[in-house]
Amino acid sequence: MDMFNKFGLGALVCVLISFAVPGYADDIQDANKLFKQGETSQALEKVNTFLAGKPKDAQARFLKGLIVNEQGDSAEAIKIFTDLTDDYPELPEPYNNLAVLYAGQGQYEKAKVALEMAIRTHPSYATAHENLGDIYAKMASQAYDRALQLDKSNTSTQTKLALIRDLFSKTPRTTKVATAPTTSAPVAAAPVVVASIAPAPPAAVPSKPLVVATPEPVAPKTPAKVEPVADIKAEVLKATREWAAAWSSQNSGKYLSFYAKDFDTPDGMARGAWEAQRKERIAKPKSIEVEVHDAKVHEQDNRHASVSFKQSYRASHLKTSSGKTLVWAKNDGHWQIVEERTGK
Amino acid sequence: MRFLSLPALLSALCFAPCAMAEPASRDMEQSLAKSLQAVGNNRLDVALNEVDSLLKLHPNFKLAQLVRGDLLMARSKPISNFGDAPNAPADRVQDLREEANARLHRAQQQQPIAVPKYLWQLDAQQRYAVVVDTSKSTLYLYENVKGEPRYVADYYISVGKKGADKVSEGDQKTPLGVYFVDEHIPSAKLTDFYGPGAYPLSYPNEWDKRLGRNGHGIWLHGTPSDTYSRPPRASNGCVVLSNNDFTHLGKNLQVGVTPVIITNHMEWSDETDASERSSLLSSIEQWRNDWESRKTENYLAHYARDFSAGNTAFSDFAQQKRKVNSGKTWIKVKLSRLSVFPYPSQQGLVVVNFEQDYSSNNLSNRMLKRQYWMKRDGRWQIIYEGSA
Repeated sequence: MDMFNKFGLGALVCVLISFAVPGYADDIQDANKLFKQGETSQALEKVNTFLAGKPKDAQARFLKGLIVNEQGDSAEAIKIFTDLTDDYPELPEPYNNLAVLYAGQGQYEKAKVALEMAIRTHPSYATAHENLGDIYAKMASQAYDRALQLDKSNTSTQTKLALIRDLFSKTPRTTKVATAPTTSAPVAAAPVVVASIAPAPPAAVPSKPLVVATPEPVAPKTPAKVEPVADIKAEVLKATREWAAAWSSQNSGKYLSFYAKDFDTPDGMARGAWEAQRKERIAKPKSIEVEVHDAKVHEQDNRHASVSFKQSYRASHLKTSSGKTLVWAKNDGHWQIVEERTGK
Repeated sequence: MRFLSLPALLSALCFAPCAMAEPASRDMEQSLAKSLQAVGNNRLDVALNEVDSLLKLHPNFKLAQLVRGDLLMARSKPISNFGDAPNAPADRVQDLREEANARLHRAQQQQPIAVPKYLWQLDAQQRYAVVVDTSKSTLYLYENVKGEPRYVADYYISVGKKGADKVSEGDQKTPLGVYFVDEHIPSAKLTDFYGPGAYPLSYPNEWDKRLGRNGHGIWLHGTPSDTYSRPPRASNGCVVLSNNDFTHLGKNLQVGVTPVIITNHMEWSDETDASERSSLLSSIEQWRNDWESRKTENYLAHYARDFSAGNTAFSDFAQQKRKVNSGKTWIKVKLSRLSVFPYPSQQGLVVVNFEQDYSSNNLSNRMLKRQYWMKRDGRWQIIYEGSA
């Protein structure tokens, strides 16, 4: 994960579809489970066994790409995802992951091309759009470095590239496949994709061919209990939870109300531009779930405190988990965020 | 749609079409202008393509990198300013902003039709003449075509950090005046900082010394290999060109011969110049004739009371001339290779150079001479004379 960490990347979605064909789903599900548990060599073994019988299987290859990357072999991962884009050029996810791997190597031009391919396959593919924005920021940063001989340690244009861990994510298009497999015009591309890589003959596929596995929460649903030793701690924790709740309910007005007037916007963006960006990003996903774990409050004085925690973010198109620190200040009896930092 | 509110500097500019045969650096500047113009037209894709192809040729062109950074960043988030790099050092962004301004103005400029005022007469051996306009960050190269200066090219240049009109050592200013290329220093004798070489200029000249101006080491030189160009005000007084331009220019410079006239406000030749020039030329002829005919007092009347020849004041000079001329039974003076350069920063001052072929009953010599003539109360007078 080292190479992703420099992009401020956290943990990712772990959803795989399973087919309603006995045997098939089990093997892949098992491999995926092992992978998520960090048992990468066992997971790899299982996937390889599976691939020996079905060497073309897209999901198995996809998972193998994730596993070998996790094991540190990004070259092999790149090869696997490249082959997948050759065999299944209509799937956006392999392109996306290829892009993330290229970006990890600093090959932003290649990453950009891959993301553009991902978007070409599915113009509404939000993850690729978001990643492409990050790639542009990274390329811009390179250009600025060359223009101004900036300090190489300048990390202000951190990106947050998301490596897709689920081949068929829980997006509307897969849902549509499931409920209306015969739909022709607008979502025609997606069913074709599924059919072409489904291992079982179409006849054997029931009317509801795809089951989107509900993700196993990796972390406990409830925030870790922190005993309130002082009122400030309790107040700041409460405010942090409310902030996360406002975000999760996609109530951007409420969410933004947590940010102080003098909030230090990222990269010194204008407040208005930042608010607009936040609103857009909060409104976009079908759903958002933000959880706060392992929160630790550091009191500075009776009006200032910071809280560091593990933030797990799950939206309809991606899931990330990252360290976060919020710096709170009490204004007129209300706690407000004056600074927000991602990472350690 | 993601927007880019690029600089106020853009909206203030209009883009004039420009078609002429030019050096590669001119193409590059046009290409940069095209990119920024595309930004103004909200065609960020065109702008990025243009700047990308430009950077393929000149990856070290920092200004283009900055524009590219903005164009890419605009795809990621709204940007609010030219050079919107996070944590960018303000002075460097400001430098590049000034370079953008200078280059855009240059890209708008038409090829000059007129001739600079400073080239009244070139001698046949002076194949080229250089005129620098510090206010326009531009060096103009003129070719001597049968005595007529003809525009060849112009180049973006950097001058002193503190601008122009050098007075003293260390003031980081570029001098204004009529200078000559004194020397050529090849790159092998220089650090990378100077690029492919250097041409020291004759600062301080006779006029500068007369005014008590000092300092030294004003050169034309190239650029370090890590950058295509430097900001408009960057040097300690030198005139700095990008390396391609320097090499191109260098082919046309003659050590000890080529004039380099530096102004901070280019004046172009007009109808008054022809008559001024002919009145000066006839004064020079009268001076020669008075000398040759041994009318010593008439001859001395061409010299101003505040004349000096180096350390020699007028009275000593006059005494010496009276003594020498009285011993002559005949004198012949022939002038050739005459060149005449009006001084850019001093109204009515003209630098005159010629080869003087002097012969007399007891002495003959040939020398290169330089005189500074000044027009006072409608009369041309010599205020400096010496060997060149």
